[in-house]
Amino acid sequence: MALNSLWYCTRQACISLTRNFWLGVASAAMIAVSLIILGAFLLVAVNANQFMRIVESTVEINVFLEDDADVRDLQHRLAGLRGVEEIRFVPKQQGLQELKKAFGERHDLLSGFEGENNPLPDSFRVRAERAELVPTLAQQISFFPGVYKVRYGQEYVEALVKVTRWVNVVALGAVVLLGAGAVFLIVTTIRLSMVARQDEIGIMKYLGASNWYIRGPFVLEGMVVGLAGACAAVATLGAGYYYLVVVLERLPLLFFIQPVTDPNMLLSIFGGLLGLGLLMGGVGSLISVRKFLQV
Amino acid sequence: MIQLYNVSKVYDNGVPAVSDISLRIAKGEFVFLIGPSGAGKSTLTKLIFREQLPSSGQIFFRGRNILRFGPREVLQLRRQIGVVFQDFRLLPRKTVYENVAFALEVIGRSRKEIRERVPAVLARVGLSGKEDAFPDQLSGGEQQRVGVARAIVKRPLVILADEPTGNLDPDTSREIMDLFEVINRDGTTVVIATHAWDIVNRMRKRVVALENGRLVRDEERGSYSYGA
Ligand SMILES: Nc1ncnc2c1ncn2[C@@H]1O[C@H](COP(=O)(O)OP(=O)(O)O)[C@@H](O)[C@H]1O
Ligand SMILES: [Mg+2]
Repeated sequence: MALNSLWYCTRQACISLTRNFWLGVASAAMIAVSLIILGAFLLVAVNANQFMRIVESTVEINVFLEDDADVRDLQHRLAGLRGVEEIRFVPKQQGLQELKKAFGERHDLLSGFEGENNPLPDSFRVRAERAELVPTLAQQISFFPGVYKVRYGQEYVEALVKVTRWVNVVALGAVVLLGAGAVFLIVTTIRLSMVARQDEIGIMKYLGASNWYIRGPFVLEGMVVGLAGACAAVATLGAGYYYLVVVLERLPLLFFIQPVTDPNMLLSIFGGLLGLGLLMGGVGSLISVRKFLQV
Repeated sequence: MIQLYNVSKVYDNGVPAVSDISLRIAKGEFVFLIGPSGAGKSTLTKLIFREQLPSSGQIFFRGRNILRFGPREVLQLRRQIGVVFQDFRLLPRKTVYENVAFALEVIGRSRKEIRERVPAVLARVGLSGKEDAFPDQLSGGEQQRVGVARAIVKRPLVILADEPTGNLDPDTSREIMDLFEVINRDGTTVVIATHAWDIVNRMRKRVVALENGRLVRDEERGSYSYGA
């Protein structure tokens, strides 16, 4: 019996899907768009997270000096601070050298800044003993005479947190709106399928068909539409992300960004999107059949 | 088989369709529910099928109160009752065979059972050879035979027919009624709501007469006539 019902269910779902083909496509597209946004948002989030963790774990403070700074005096002061593990003086030539290295193949871009034209100041690179000491140390150092500027990774993290907070709100809002729209479209699609088979449904009730037997094909139809949308979203996102990773690897300018390529993380994001598409389709069709089937 | 105790039905719009009806229908009986249009015949059949719930009173099917049934038991009830409609209600895009097979399919019967039963039932209602015809290729009488076949193919205990001959000419009506009689002879309880008095009179079956929702007469071997 179960097999017969399953076969019936599948057949009816296929018939309905072909009958309302374009509406099904529209629903799937809507689901795809909302899932693409959600997925992109998740990918950005995991990458930002990883980026922040890397930056936060660095204990290095860059101390840029005024042109007339007393290097020796500063070195003493820095050495006298609590929690400083290591101090290294980086003269401006060396700073340029390091920057060139970071630019990799494109180091020629910096060729105009040699010698007299070097815009970089001399600097100290101070390593703190622990990451949480960095902000306090940085503040103390900034008051030392001859210090032009203090830079450390957590500053960027704070800025990033502010930006991502807004991005989160906007992206999640868009996802919710689009998701609701997509579910609504599914509800409409399934309702049309049911209207097309209204007579049949009425007769089935008289013949003693169970509600689930009647609902089955419609729920399946909704889930197929949802899954199709999710597959499209995952394919788009996967291809886009792969392309981005490849490009980032070639772009030495963005050497500090290491995209997340952990297969477990990516698989769980993409798997989650597929599940969500299925869920949206299922929920949409359930909303439809529930209203329709009250005897 | 079916018992009604002081059953009343007032529709939401305030129309009292059935008023204080008590009725027993025994296993294997053949019962006509008669009365003019609007008397409450359809409502009564809907109450027995639990398509409608009564406003008051109790209804028993095989000794069990159907008003207390949960969804599963309602399904079981409906699987034990075959319904036949005035307008046949066949699925136009299915063949005769498929229409009858559908009744077994939707209650999850096996293909083997369907392959055995459907041709036998079609033979029984006199439709052998019409298996592959579509409903619109059949006469009204033939369509109703399909309707009857669909109702009996699951071997229900009761056949419930609401104006089964309402859309048919007198000769065809008679043939359909004869078909019900044959089915009844095999032990199936048959309840037919109709206002076709000529047929009722001819068949000399039990007649339950309704008027304005009230039971006005209940006679074995009755006939259809008004008045006390
Ligand atoms: N679904 C309904 N809602 C409101 N009133 C109804 C409904 N069905 C029937 N009625 C009313 O109930 C009364 C009995 O109708 P019905 O049972 O169909 O009688 P019959 O089948 O004998 O013609 C009629 O007055 C009819 O208008
Ligand atoms: Mg009626």
